[in-house]
Amino acid sequence: MAKARVKAPKSVKKGEVFEVKTLISHKMETGLRKNKKTGKKIPRKIINKFSVTYGGKEVFGSDWHPAVSANPYVSFFVKASASGPMKFQWTEDGGAVTEKTVNIKVT
Amino acid sequence: MGAVVVGLSGFASIASSAEMTYKVGDRSSGYTYATKETQGIQDDDIANPAYVYVDDGEALWSKVDGKAGKSCASCHAVDSAMLSDVGTRYPVYNAKLGKLQSLEQKINQEREEKMGAKPYKWESGSMLAMTIYMRNQSKGKPMNVSIDGPVIPFFEAGKKFYDQKRGQLDMSCANCHVDNAGNRIRANLLTEGQSNGFPTYRLKWQKPGSIHRRFRGCNKQVRATPYGYGSDEYVNLELYLAWRGRGLSVETPAVRN
Repeated sequence: MAKARVKAPKSVKKGEVFEVKTLISHKMETGLRKNKKTGKKIPRKIINKFSVTYGGKEVFGSDWHPAVSANPYVSFFVKASASGPMKFQWTEDGGAVTEKTVNIKVT
Repeated sequence: MGAVVVGLSGFASIASSAEMTYKVGDRSSGYTYATKETQGIQDDDIANPAYVYVDDGEALWSKVDGKAGKSCASCHAVDSAMLSDVGTRYPVYNAKLGKLQSLEQKINQEREEKMGAKPYKWESGSMLAMTIYMRNQSKGKPMNVSIDGPVIPFFEAGKKFYDQKRGQLDMSCANCHVDNAGNRIRANLLTEGQSNGFPTYRLKWQKPGSIHRRFRGCNKQVRATPYGYGSDEYVNLELYLAWRGRGLSVETPAVRN
């Protein structure tokens, strides 16, 4: 159900360092809250891993923990090497993966 | 491909902060009370988490729903003159109902009467997406509600509500947002309570919420019994607030703490 938004330049010059911005809409349920009516713990459901590959090579990877806010936003810089797909993967507790791919054109 | 579409829609709907009016006369948007960091989240259409709802709203706009087999887009163009300033002029007077109607109520009326579809629940994701998407079309335009003619009694009722002390703490809206705007209430900075950024993404809520949700929160904090979502009292108050913020740019979706 998670929805992701990504912003990367459509075309960049070779060797240029460019910024990539990402945001995924996710509740990031910490597992520490209780259901107010029943008193039962709400099970943890967060995105625990975020990784980005560019031209098949991982350029950004991170493990996330319960302190990460809802709707996590990440931006990072990458050096343009060659044209190719940039693939974003968010892995949720339970293994569900949200994917998004952007094609980077290097001129 | 999907990302390209997202990028384009985000780009088309964002007004650069230079075009925005955050101060008019003695009125300032809540934006001017927010920290730089919060302003930064609002200004960046990717960092602003409520833009997910703008995308959702755009998809809902052309999604066929209900018995009539229609979508909003079957009859309306969102960038038409009538709809592109929706964010500036709601709530409006509805002669058939004989009272004011908020944007949420108008959407549900259209859904039921024209589309034969189920109304959205007030604070549901679909309703928020639709209202955020529609008001976002007016981003950067000045708030400009009509308070003439048949609207006068409702405007007066809204004003009365605003100045009326209520709850166990015996406080009116004006006690905080007029008398003490700019002062702190414990750790929080009191703003003028302007409504030009609603539905607003509140960091506290970790999601966007309607102005009526905010009214209910305020009422609970002075230990008064809140009115219901879409109640006449709140719609009248919504009109009065929109008038109080006249001239301020629509900021939907704003980000506040």
